[in-house]
Amino acid sequence: MSKLMIEISGLSKEYSGKKVVDGLSLSVDQGELFGFLGPNGAGKTTTIRILTTLTKPTSGRVLINGFDVVENTASVKAEFGIVQQHLSLNRDLTIAENLELHARLHHLTPDDRKKRIAELLDYVELTDHADYLVDDVSGGMKRRAMIARALIPRPKLLFLDEPTVGLDAQTRRKVWDLIRKMNNDGATVFLTTHYIEEAEALCRRAGIIHHGKLIALGQPLDLRKKIGMIAVEMQSNGNGTQYRYFPDRAKASEFIQGLPGTEKVMMRESNLEDVFIELTGQKVLGDQR
Amino acid sequence: MIALDSYSILWADLVALKRRWPRYLITTLISPVLYLVAFGWGLGRGINLNGTSYLEFVVPGIIALTAMTTSFNGAGTRLNVDRLFYKSFDECLMAPIKLHSLLLGKALIGVVRGIISSVAFLVVAMLIAPTIHVGPMFLLGLFITCLTFSFLGVLAALLAKSHEDMGTFASIVLLPMTFLGGTFFSLSQVPVGLKYALYLLPLTHASLWLRAAALNQSLPWASLLVLLVFFVAFMGSALIAVRKMSI
Repeated sequence: MSKLMIEISGLSKEYSGKKVVDGLSLSVDQGELFGFLGPNGAGKTTTIRILTTLTKPTSGRVLINGFDVVENTASVKAEFGIVQQHLSLNRDLTIAENLELHARLHHLTPDDRKKRIAELLDYVELTDHADYLVDDVSGGMKRRAMIARALIPRPKLLFLDEPTVGLDAQTRRKVWDLIRKMNNDGATVFLTTHYIEEAEALCRRAGIIHHGKLIALGQPLDLRKKIGMIAVEMQSNGNGTQYRYFPDRAKASEFIQGLPGTEKVMMRESNLEDVFIELTGQKVLGDQR
Repeated sequence: MIALDSYSILWADLVALKRRWPRYLITTLISPVLYLVAFGWGLGRGINLNGTSYLEFVVPGIIALTAMTTSFNGAGTRLNVDRLFYKSFDECLMAPIKLHSLLLGKALIGVVRGIISSVAFLVVAMLIAPTIHVGPMFLLGLFITCLTFSFLGVLAALLAKSHEDMGTFASIVLLPMTFLGGTFFSLSQVPVGLKYALYLLPLTHASLWLRAAALNQSLPWASLLVLLVFFVAFMGSALIAVRKMSI
């Protein structure tokens, strides 16, 4: 049986009486690449803030590699690295200086600092830009610098909070490669995203959160199987887009043939977005069904 | 470990300061030199206070004022930017260091900036008022003044919800202190009721101590004690504020 890296049980967080995270329970195995999906405002970032000790839960319990996030804060902090959703580099410093600050805060010796920084700059292909001020490099480079910074203490667990938001398609693929590489190198990855294709491309298992509640949990393929592997999209005047799901193409074709006067019909493989639509009636990016 | 972690936090701010120190030094000298010209030479020429020229009287007050504003801004504005604009303060909160090391590190950059500005002004001031005495007691007072107002800056930055809040705090708290904290006039010249009110201001005690030390007068130890009480109060409040941030 594999050991658990994250154990969340009955986690809730309230702000002024409003539940932002509501009775969340899930676990992530060591070495797993887990996707935490949901639209903006679903409670993903609040959950990450609790998992990383920045915010205290209202109720429930979270263990990171066996350490309680409320009671063993110092031990928890030594276990993880994080790439936050927003740019969180010190913009008065160069890329290398940002890494050095982090290495100092994680008590690396001067020799180890030097070696580790050079190693990580090479890992994220930023060696040539090490001495550039943060504002003088592109968005993708900043994101890679944040990944390098997160890896400084050789963390067993990596939190990636929307790591590719705002990046172009090419840079996003590059970051995906890095995420796979980090996971292959042994790190457990907890990835939050509202990009469905990102979760499908990277994650072995995913949880879907909506209004603070976990509404689905499992392997992407299993979640798709539950609603049907084939999706039929119907666009009819006045009613917006309607979705129907079928276990196979034959059943979907049969359904389409029986449709009266629908204007546009498309048959395709279902995805995690469809799982979300089926469970919530909304698209992940917020459109109503 | 506390000292090492605090230095790590300070290190980043020192690197940033080193990158732009000539600009910093020039801008930091503008206000005190203007005060010196306006109040010391302009308004105060010919005024004598208990056998001391007004110029000699006002220089330690301006040093206290400079220490206050540069320490407050050096620590507070910096932290406010890190927290609300760069968002890099969260990274420090998630690092495996104690919260008091983090706050001390953030306050120390205010102390460094405060001391640099005050000493730079002192050098200029001594060219025109060479009788100013700079001894260990003066430097001790300067250090405690910088530390106290650095922690006030840290506290304000932790409580601020926007950049404007820092400006509002400075207008409501620092600006009145600038003119009422015994910097430009002697407290013996104000009505008794107001005098006691002015004793509630930390800058008043910084001015009293620095002036006494600079003019070789008997030292007001009570003022140093009051400054230390303010320092402990600001540091404790900052610690509570940073703990509350995670709720």
